[in-house]
Amino acid sequence: MTEPLGRLTSLSIFRRMLLMRHFEEAVIRLYNEGRFVSHYHIYIGQEATGAAVLEALGQDDLISTTHRNHGHIVGRGADAGRAMAEILGRATGFNGGRGGTLHICDASRGFLSTSAVVGGCASLATGAAFGIKVNHQARVATAFFGDGALEEGVVIEAFNMAALWKLPVVYICENNSAGAVGMQGGGYPTAITATDSFCRLPAAYGIPTKVVDGTDMAAVYRATVEARQHCLAGDGPVFIEAFTDRWPGSNPLWPELATVTELAQAWEPDSIGGAHAEWIRHHDPLLRAVRDLLAEGHLTRSEIVAEDQAARWRIEQAITFAVDSPLPLPETAEQGVFA
Amino acid sequence: MPEPPILDYRAAVLAALAGEMRRDPAVILLGEDVGAAGGVFLQTAGLLGEFGAERVIDTPISESGAFGIAVGAAMTGQRPVFEVMFGDFMTLVMDQLVNQAAKVHYMSAGQFSVPLVLRTAVGIGASLGPQHSQSLHAWAAHIPGLKVVMPSTPWDAKGLMAAAIRDDNPVVFFEDRMLYTRKGPVPEGELVIPIGLAEVKRPGTDVTIIALSRMVQVALDAAEALAAEGIAAEVVDPRSLLPLDLPTLVASVKKTSRAVVVDGGYRQYGVTGEIAAALTEEAFDWLDAPVLRVGAADVPIPFNRSLEALVLPDARQLAGIVAKLVRGLP
Repeated sequence: MTEPLGRLTSLSIFRRMLLMRHFEEAVIRLYNEGRFVSHYHIYIGQEATGAAVLEALGQDDLISTTHRNHGHIVGRGADAGRAMAEILGRATGFNGGRGGTLHICDASRGFLSTSAVVGGCASLATGAAFGIKVNHQARVATAFFGDGALEEGVVIEAFNMAALWKLPVVYICENNSAGAVGMQGGGYPTAITATDSFCRLPAAYGIPTKVVDGTDMAAVYRATVEARQHCLAGDGPVFIEAFTDRWPGSNPLWPELATVTELAQAWEPDSIGGAHAEWIRHHDPLLRAVRDLLAEGHLTRSEIVAEDQAARWRIEQAITFAVDSPLPLPETAEQGVFA
Repeated sequence: MPEPPILDYRAAVLAALAGEMRRDPAVILLGEDVGAAGGVFLQTAGLLGEFGAERVIDTPISESGAFGIAVGAAMTGQRPVFEVMFGDFMTLVMDQLVNQAAKVHYMSAGQFSVPLVLRTAVGIGASLGPQHSQSLHAWAAHIPGLKVVMPSTPWDAKGLMAAAIRDDNPVVFFEDRMLYTRKGPVPEGELVIPIGLAEVKRPGTDVTIIALSRMVQVALDAAEALAAEGIAAEVVDPRSLLPLDLPTLVASVKKTSRAVVVDGGYRQYGVTGEIAAALTEEAFDWLDAPVLRVGAADVPIPFNRSLEALVLPDARQLAGIVAKLVRGLP
């Protein structure tokens, strides 16, 4: 394990993780209640990565993300009510109900459009980094994407140009394939990917790379801080690959698990049971964060319970806001195609 | 007022680009060989020297990635002009163009706009073969959120390029490479022609020929030949496909009662069909004959010069088609 972070940083990352987890559990619940119709992608299991990256980013940094964006959005501090309203297709959603789960975007928090064509977020973030560079701004662009995005050529093209032009962009590959159906060990889908290390792709263009345990908030945080400094120094892009074990609920596409995480399982491991006990016990980044916070003496059990309740309350508020929000007016369907 | 100077089409576009780059430091140019080489058709000659490598950027042969970068830059304050060397290579940017650039404004409920110009050279007739001769503007014109511009004269090219660069939306700007050396008057200094205004290039009363880009000159030549036969053809140039100035086209057809739509792109599912259908819907009671479509033959464009010449009608053939329409179909 990497050296622990300070109390305030750990606590801030943990709070982001709690919001992400309870937001996603609420999304699953609302879907199962028939509150919205769509396919959707859940961030459970990857919270430590997203939360630690977001903690390391500056307020003015720009972020592009993918279809699996909910965690990034609420973890960045965007209004969870407006995010949930977008998922429910409401007028009060960040995109006025036009984007839905796949495209939630809060520009005021530095989000660029959220791309559901998985490679697109890499080129958009690289373009934002281009603008940052030519305008001599002290900020960076970040692209979150899954390992699947590296199967699209546009990402490789973006790597080349980012390296060539020394653009300030941090690529965060959230490799969530370990444990996924049809994937072999090591976290690489060997049936469709010939490489045993995605880092070789950016490395071929001279981009520094770093592999981290995506459930280790300290490791992710430190890697991101370092990457950001590299960018701000004018030294060009950095690629971080964070490994997580896929949450069994995302199997195959729509969650079949409708659970509410009980943080007490972190200190009462005997209470863990069921078909997914293995994942909960060993791979759940939220429970790991609880164990680490306790071990480091940053929080007591009762403080953790209080933090959890506060996050749940915020998400309940968000649900209420979203469910009570109006639908978009019919006449808006054809408005705003052009600026 | 003094007579405006005579420029060729390529120089007119270049003048607009340089003028806009001087006017607004956010305007940047990206593309393959746009910098040191000055463009494969010398359409960007001199820009690198004047504006430097920070604003005139040679990209790798990575159309998709580079265009995606241009979209990201446009969303964060730049005004990129992105050159796709041959219109055929638009196929490589389609994901970024269709799924990102065209949708971002609507999809984000106006949080972002994409002030960007994609310029590309198209056109049959230079023996460039099947992968370098297509005019795929109908693809772009199918997508909500894009503007599509196809100027036919140096004057229009300058004024519409300036308007395209100033537009806050993605604009796809098609230049027929066979027009690059065509000369015409072009006003000096600032010239901005609003996108979405058709222009009657030649008045007439017997039939309307709606023509785009280089086919405007073909239509004008045909109209001249028809005049000798006593047929007064009106030639109308929409100048842009999106937005399409349908009222001007309809007004012409209501006057002449007959229309032929002429385009350098493929006929099947093409812009000629779209315009013909719109005229039928808007002016059915005024029409004395079906609206005809004239476009490129629906084949890959052959390399061989004599075969290639068969793909697109010339002025004489067009005049024959129009004369037949006016005198009554068999």
